[in-house]
Amino acid sequence: MLEIRNLHVQVGNQEILKGIDLQVNAGEVHAIMGPNGSGKSTLALVLAGRETYEVIAGEVIYDGNNLLEMAPEERACRGVFLAFQYPVEIPGVGNAYLLKAALNAIRKYRGLEELDAMEFLPLAREKMKLLEMDDQLLNRSVNEGFSGGEKKRNEIFQMAVLEPRLAILDETDSGLDIDALKIVAKGVNELRNPQRASIVVTHYQRLLNYIVPDYVHVLVDGRIVKSGGKELALALEDQGYAWVEAETQSATTAHT
Amino acid sequence: MSTDTNIIEVLANREYQYGFVTAIEADSVPRGLNEDIIRLISAKKNEPEWMLDWRLKSYRHWASLRKSEAEPKWANIHYGPIDYENIVYYSAPKPKAQLNSLEEIDPEMLATFEKLGIPLTEQKRFAGVAVDAVFDSVSVATTFKEKLAELGIIFCSFSEAVQKHPELVQKYLGSVVPYTDNFFATLNSAVFSDGSFCYVPKGVRCPMELSTYFRINAADTGQFERTLIIAEEGSYVSYLEGCTAPMRDQNQLHAAVVELVALDDAQIKYSTIQNWYPGDKDGKGGIYNFVTKRGKALGRSSKISWTQVETGAAITWKYPGVILQGDNSVGEFYSVALTNNYQQADTGTKMIHIGRNTRSNIVSKGISAGHGQNTYRGMVKILKSAVGARNYTQCDSLLIGEKCGAHTFPYIEVKNATARMEHEASTSKVGEDQVFYLKQRGLSAEDAVSMIVNGFCKKVFKELPMEFAVEAQKLLSISLEGSVG
Repeated sequence: MLEIRNLHVQVGNQEILKGIDLQVNAGEVHAIMGPNGSGKSTLALVLAGRETYEVIAGEVIYDGNNLLEMAPEERACRGVFLAFQYPVEIPGVGNAYLLKAALNAIRKYRGLEELDAMEFLPLAREKMKLLEMDDQLLNRSVNEGFSGGEKKRNEIFQMAVLEPRLAILDETDSGLDIDALKIVAKGVNELRNPQRASIVVTHYQRLLNYIVPDYVHVLVDGRIVKSGGKELALALEDQGYAWVEAETQSATTAHT
Repeated sequence: MSTDTNIIEVLANREYQYGFVTAIEADSVPRGLNEDIIRLISAKKNEPEWMLDWRLKSYRHWASLRKSEAEPKWANIHYGPIDYENIVYYSAPKPKAQLNSLEEIDPEMLATFEKLGIPLTEQKRFAGVAVDAVFDSVSVATTFKEKLAELGIIFCSFSEAVQKHPELVQKYLGSVVPYTDNFFATLNSAVFSDGSFCYVPKGVRCPMELSTYFRINAADTGQFERTLIIAEEGSYVSYLEGCTAPMRDQNQLHAAVVELVALDDAQIKYSTIQNWYPGDKDGKGGIYNFVTKRGKALGRSSKISWTQVETGAAITWKYPGVILQGDNSVGEFYSVALTNNYQQADTGTKMIHIGRNTRSNIVSKGISAGHGQNTYRGMVKILKSAVGARNYTQCDSLLIGEKCGAHTFPYIEVKNATARMEHEASTSKVGEDQVFYLKQRGLSAEDAVSMIVNGFCKKVFKELPMEFAVEAQKLLSISLEGSVG
């Protein structure tokens, strides 16, 4: 479904991603872990199409098409969803209003009929129930006055309604207590099926107790230095990133 | 963000869709202004002596103001000198015959209003909205007149009111905005040609929206309309005006006066959706919208509420205000003013608290895009007599792009220590983060910007009558969509 080849990305003059290779197939959940500043969020935002990042080399193929050539909204309409690390507030724009507009933009792109309010609301309510969210959040302005946990849950709620093919979660677990974490995990697990895939970016192993990944990749200094199964996450939990970094260091030294 | 900027510029430069001209034979007076022109206008309208006297009095005052160069210069707007001798002060479409019913209106005229979305024919009228259509200097049609008359409501053109209800016009004309008020109001008092008149009798709740649609068509013509609304004790009326004009390279002057009078327990809700031709993307042409609007909350517990959505005009200069004379009276001002390209707006309100326990509420939302300059200028005056007065002012500016400007000039004058005043102000930019967030959810850049701006204006839009709130949102999206950058 998604193939990232030798991806180099810079901001200003600083290279942040230094050659990422990653293949994600339908039905898989990939976890991207790594220390602060390793480029995890950059990878998530580049996949979503954030213009502030400049791709200097490499390519990203999504369902056989060049993802990097698509505008962010086109990527969204083709099923790429990013759960933001820092969801923005949009004063005066109702949560339900935005979500209905988003769902209809995506449906229109796919040649489906747009939903009216009567069709949309039951759908939204059902998903809210799943995430144990208060109905009132539907009528409040997007993220305005939401607590940190509510904002994160709102991202997962939007994801549940939009049902993306490729969901990218950027540190959705940070700042969540264990109950909220379980709810978020439930939202992600609910979406799991053979046609869909997820990339879960996280700093801690904790989330992966609830969203069990098929693959774990360790990102250090803009490169994936280690990949493995779910047990890799546990090893990281025990030994910290220093262990991988040290291993990488010695590998590099051995080459020279 | 460069891609956004491009899309947005394309949208911002989208053509003004009301810019067409109607080919219709007009009856105009010669250019320029002098006493003969005033007499000519008055004669064309077959006016009584007192009306002509009032015009002449106003003209003489205006002539002296002009001599002493009293055209107001304090506003934060810039424009070249207006050549008052080169303006046509009266232009009316030539009537084919005396009109007996709406069906006899010139088909050209019907087609024009049809094109503007204001159907005047019986079958197609907005349900629940009565319309007075003003074309250049005259009112061409008023709908639902008979139905309103059954309730004792008078809704007609100003000219008709002068003929048929002289006692009301004489009693209230100039009672809120005297002919000496300011340069443009004085000019209007001398040459005003038509406008709407509305009288709601005691205890009557007007069952439909009353609306006037102003259209400037003829070139080099100034439009000087005058509106007078009187709400008797315990009555209620909601009134809406809309305006458009053809695209022309020359600036055209629109200097209107609106007077509202609310007696005991009466309520007047006055909404404006102003979409005059704003000039082209380089700032050439467009309407100078120099307007004096004021309401007098004369009676106890009366209420006057102004809501305006100002998206058009090259320059907007207007301060709809309320004189809070009756005890417990309420004044409200809700405004969205948008300036894009080279548009300039200096707008706000005046709340003059005289009565006891008077309250005023001001919510102003200014949006600047392109090279637009947007100024909020508001005055809240609490006189000594206004024991227990309260004011709340919220004044927010939204900037889109790097070349526009937002300015705020609040004047607060308090002469009574029991007053409670609150003032909140904010300036924000449409954030790249917000636009990206919405695009990531599948919305196009233009839909994203329009959604953010509409959210910003929500508090004002919800004050508009239902049917027009939707229209206002659309209008804003069209005139705005400029410039995230």
